[in-house]
Amino acid sequence: MTALLLRDLTLALRAGGGFGLSLAFFLIVTVLVPFGVGPEGGVLGRIAPGILWVGALLACLLSLDRIFALDYEDGTLDLMATAPIPLETVTATKALAHWLTTGLPLTLAAPALGVLLNLPTAGFSWLTLSLAVGTPALSMIGAFGAALTVGLKRGGLLLSLLVLPLYIPTLIFGADCVRRGVEGLPTTTPLLMLLGITLGSVAILPFAAAAAIRVNLR
Amino acid sequence: MSIWEYANPKKFMQTSAWALPWVTGLAVLTLITGLVWGFFFTPDDFRMGSTVKIIYIHVPAAIMATGTWFMMLAASLIWLIRRHHVSVLAAKAAAPVGTTMTLIGLFTGAIWGQPMWGTWWAWDPRLTAFLILFLFYLGYMALWEAIEDPDTAADLTSVLCLVGSVFAIISRYAVLFWNQGLHQGSSLSMDAEEHVSDVYAWPLWVAIVGFGLLFVSLVLIRTRTEIRSRRLRALEARERMA
Repeated sequence: MTALLLRDLTLALRAGGGFGLSLAFFLIVTVLVPFGVGPEGGVLGRIAPGILWVGALLACLLSLDRIFALDYEDGTLDLMATAPIPLETVTATKALAHWLTTGLPLTLAAPALGVLLNLPTAGFSWLTLSLAVGTPALSMIGAFGAALTVGLKRGGLLLSLLVLPLYIPTLIFGADCVRRGVEGLPTTTPLLMLLGITLGSVAILPFAAAAAIRVNLR
Repeated sequence: MSIWEYANPKKFMQTSAWALPWVTGLAVLTLITGLVWGFFFTPDDFRMGSTVKIIYIHVPAAIMATGTWFMMLAASLIWLIRRHHVSVLAAKAAAPVGTTMTLIGLFTGAIWGQPMWGTWWAWDPRLTAFLILFLFYLGYMALWEAIEDPDTAADLTSVLCLVGSVFAIISRYAVLFWNQGLHQGSSLSMDAEEHVSDVYAWPLWVAIVGFGLLFVSLVLIRTRTEIRSRRLRALEARERMA
């Protein structure tokens, strides 16, 4: 399991720049928004929590098909399926690797982009916290979507159609947590709901993803 | 009579061929009764005027839109657990019907909302939840279309339906948290103090039964078509082998 995690991390870091790509995408999306809505600080500050969450979500989506597709093509996934560790562990580990290379950097980069969007000072800690709590759910849900579409030739567009609706609850609670933090309202409820979604996803979705992969390898 | 008998497509075709005219006839009859009664023989509401009558399409369509998803969930579970081949075909057949019902619900709501709320669309929890449900239907159907092998497609869409159900329900309650509602409460309930008056409720019940029967009839027709196209594909494959 550790070996698998290290392998996935190494592949993500060394091969093809998937690691930096989603971060760069996040940056670009965030930079594009002021061009779209105008540079007034008040407006930007108000929509910043939502923009940053949507941006993180899209950046996360961008790298999803890398989770299983390459391993499926060269047969590594077949080996993993017959390996002595359960396939559920494989999917969970791969989701973890995806989070370490996408979710975690996004979380760390988000405050810097918050400055660009004029996010009020009170929001920064909540932004980081909510992303740290919420992005594991994004990776796990995404791994499930990737497992569903791994057998398809051009599954990228379909993947986003399948995964984005599943992201809605995470987005609602994540962005709301930051918004409440900015306005000085209590943030416990959305934060706990976000944590609940993450823990629930991590508990259930590895099984669903493994089931989907077994079907695809049949 | 158990549903397991109908895992045999031949048995299903026989029974459904017998049942289809009855269900369809009854659906047409109750729909005409409910809608004509509702449209022409109920008084105008004192605030909403005649726009109140859109309820006879809006509420049944909305009920069927969510009901269809639950039917698909049950059918997918039956397929995953017991490999009931007709069941998963029924789920596939139901999806476009459910999508259409969702669209009808959204459109009639918009038509009613324009004069009443002064807007075609509001990000109200119920409206938003329906839009999300519509997206789930789209994803489900797109996955069916994308996979060539029928059994793989059946398995993967069933898993998606299961996971999607969980997330659809979470979304339903997440949007309540996210925005305050503009939509009125339940139109019909057994115990609530405030719901539509009996004058409107009776034709509404008839219309709901009519929509339910219409759904059953459409799903039967579509499932029969699916079974026939499977047979056709099997025959073609045999032809090629020979």
